[in-house]
Amino acid sequence: MTETESVAERFAVGAVLPAASFPITRKDLVRYAGASGDFNDIHWNGRFAVEVGLPDVIAHGMYTMAVAGRVLTDWAGDPAAVQEYYVRFSRPVAVPDDGVGALVEVTGKVTKALDGGRVQVDLTVLSAGQKVLGKASAVVRVS
Amino acid sequence: MALDQSFVGRTYPPTPAYEVGREKIREFAEAIGDPNPVYRDPEAAKALGHPDVVAPPTFPIVISMPAADQVVYDPALGLDWSRVVHGDQRFNHERPMRPGDRVVAVVTVESIKSIAGNDMITLMTEMSTEDGELITVARALLVARAAEEEQS
Repeated sequence: MTETESVAERFAVGAVLPAASFPITRKDLVRYAGASGDFNDIHWNGRFAVEVGLPDVIAHGMYTMAVAGRVLTDWAGDPAAVQEYYVRFSRPVAVPDDGVGALVEVTGKVTKALDGGRVQVDLTVLSAGQKVLGKASAVVRVS
Repeated sequence: MALDQSFVGRTYPPTPAYEVGREKIREFAEAIGDPNPVYRDPEAAKALGHPDVVAPPTFPIVISMPAADQVVYDPALGLDWSRVVHGDQRFNHERPMRPGDRVVAVVTVESIKSIAGNDMITLMTEMSTEDGELITVARALLVARAAEEEQS
């Protein structure tokens, strides 16, 4: 197999992206709150989260989106190749203060060839066996 | 209470410029747990053809979320901000943000819907340099969940 063929196969429709799992702890949420400026209490204050009807402190949706995006950027090689990125926040990721936290599992697949040397990638993002991001997809420039 | 449809198409004033910094990009990359050198090392970024380090694809939320507060807290619109959750998010990037970019955000109300008592508002935020070069367009669906009495 030539180098060219292997690159073509890597980005062909049906190609599977390397899967990855990301543990999320309370400390990660605190750090993300500081870096992003999103200090909403539901992302760090367990008492408040329960008061407003959540099961526990939940991860920022944008944190889960960012973490899942690593599967895209690592695969693409250059993060700038990710031209479009969309997710629906379908289910919150509860992050208990139990020394373990939550685990987000991300898989992806090339689903469509687009013009301009670009492909569509669909992501599946699960936590505790349930889909936490819906219709997660990206447009990635591959050539 | 359904939101005023006349807000659809309304554009809010440009935000003050946000200057993207190399250390802020690094801090954001650390916070999302991403060790990619292209977010930290100018030489690694240059090897990929970039003039300097680049920001991760979701970094522009640092600018678009505060910009959206103009709408969320606009008393004339009357969104119940205490019940707002983030429904979805889209980014369309012209290019990644880079250190030195002085970014101005312009927020436009793209749509307003009411479904089962939930107010759903889509905000489109165009982020450009002060010189007018478009960098990224972010779209966020914000959902103000129905108050208890409206659900029954």
